[in-house]
Amino acid sequence: MKLRKVEEHVFLFLMRLSALLIGFALLAIIWSIFSKGLGSLNWQMISEVPKGGYYFGKEGGILNAIIGSLYLSLGATVLALVIGLPIALFINIHLSKRRRLVNVVRLILDILWGVPSIVYGAFGFTVMIFFGVKTSLMAGIIVITALILPIMIRSLDEVFKEVPMGLKEASYSLGSTKSETAYKVYVRQCVPGLVTAVLLSLGRGIGDAASVLFTSGYTDNIPTALDQPAATLPLAIFFQLGSPIPEVQNRAYAAAAVLTIIILVISILARIVGNKYQKNKIKA
Amino acid sequence: MKLSDLKISRQLRSKLHNKWMYLCFAVILILAPALLFGLYIKSAPLFEQNGFSEVIFSNEWKPLSGKFGFLSFILSSLWVTILALILSVPVCILTSIYLIYYAKGFVLKIMHPIIDILAGIPSVIYGVWGILMIVPMVSKDIAPFFGYETTGFSILSGAIVLAVMIIPFMLNILIEILRTVPEGLIESSLSLGASKWQTIKFVVVKKALPGIVSSIGLGLSRAFGETIAVLMVVGNVVQNPTNVFDAGYPLPALIANNYGEMMSIPMYDSALMLAALILFVIVLIFNILSRILIRRYEIKVA
Repeated sequence: MKLRKVEEHVFLFLMRLSALLIGFALLAIIWSIFSKGLGSLNWQMISEVPKGGYYFGKEGGILNAIIGSLYLSLGATVLALVIGLPIALFINIHLSKRRRLVNVVRLILDILWGVPSIVYGAFGFTVMIFFGVKTSLMAGIIVITALILPIMIRSLDEVFKEVPMGLKEASYSLGSTKSETAYKVYVRQCVPGLVTAVLLSLGRGIGDAASVLFTSGYTDNIPTALDQPAATLPLAIFFQLGSPIPEVQNRAYAAAAVLTIIILVISILARIVGNKYQKNKIKA
Repeated sequence: MKLSDLKISRQLRSKLHNKWMYLCFAVILILAPALLFGLYIKSAPLFEQNGFSEVIFSNEWKPLSGKFGFLSFILSSLWVTILALILSVPVCILTSIYLIYYAKGFVLKIMHPIIDILAGIPSVIYGVWGILMIVPMVSKDIAPFFGYETTGFSILSGAIVLAVMIIPFMLNILIEILRTVPEGLIESSLSLGASKWQTIKFVVVKKALPGIVSSIGLGLSRAFGETIAVLMVVGNVVQNPTNVFDAGYPLPALIANNYGEMMSIPMYDSALMLAALILFVIVLIFNILSRILIRRYEIKVA
């Protein structure tokens, strides 16, 4: 009898410890990035592109990487939305009676979600070589789109799944076509969920390094056209960290702090919008 | 007149949208087979030249003389992944049970954002954290404690970083799975005089076992393909690791480190695409098995 109690207490202790460990891990990550990075972060870092001798510790900043990352991830997010939104609507409106097919499609999407980004990157690189395309903003955008598309569709899908059947039937009975129902009822009903899905995809797009390593190249300039290479923040961190010069390494830490701040802002925004969505949801 | 115009344009819009929708749908269905096919086409020459078993089970990695043996990369990947799972699975299972059955409201309010933010942190940031905190810790504290000497750039560092990375991912799945255990089942166990812990041990865990297994499978496939974070802390030395303090060279790191040279050495591109293919196939197998096992729960697995 007593042993039972002791066992429960031991495990309860272990459970609390595990939860604490997870919290501690997040604190440790944020603390170590910020304590090391914020020190070398200054206005010049985020407002200038690398100047001559930058990679030996001279003047300049990482504006090229910040802008490059924003271009890449925004472009990819827009593209993923344009392709993903119709698919998510298609699954939930046109295929709503064919549950088996929908389940298979969801399985495929979930599996695509699990494909490592390096595989997308390597595949993209091969295709680019095949067609003789050089590393460019466009190639990076396409690969990141492929990477975030499953995320986008599945998050949208989860949102549309919650739309009550009655709403759709009401819309049909008023004579609207399926696409009108899709955009004027479903999308409007789900705007907050849509924003969350977009933010989720955006965060993933900004942070991914392995896929753009091969495809978008790296440059000290801010790209002005789609066929130019583009620098990205994760790669700026990765490359500068590989340098033996301490100043350059410190800049890598500063760049890491910038990226962390961007990701934190996106996470918090997504959370705020998500909470709002919980309040506005119409229950079936 | 005006009304009929409007009607045509509405129908037309609907039709156009349908076309676009079918096109997008086809793209997403084709994506996975295209990946598989493309990688296979590119890596097939290596098999034809060197033979399957030679490529997979040989240690010899000398790209310049045309010798591509993947064994040490595959072993490194396995070491890092399995060690990461050993570190993270107990934490995930304990935490998920705690959050569902024991934790009070305010703990949940703190833990959910923590898990979300951990899940959103990019892998390169995990890598930087690994270099700043885990690598020195391994070389100064953990390795000497066990009587080893290491620079810290080792399998263990990679596994620790990886473990933290896959915790939010597995934890979210486990939470969703535990939520599907019927309330009635738990209540009947409690009403028969079982303690809360006994109920969890004998009823909840038993009921959720397939889900727990598949969450581990999904964690494994996620860990297996993780590139940048592991690459930054694992040391990247081509060798068969003999203990966790050795440096390793997992498959994704191989691809990421060498793509620059792959066009200048014959067959090197085939070899790297084969590495990508191996990764893809392993991830695919574990993903499909886990997803099928998990499907009857009808939950959101993200």
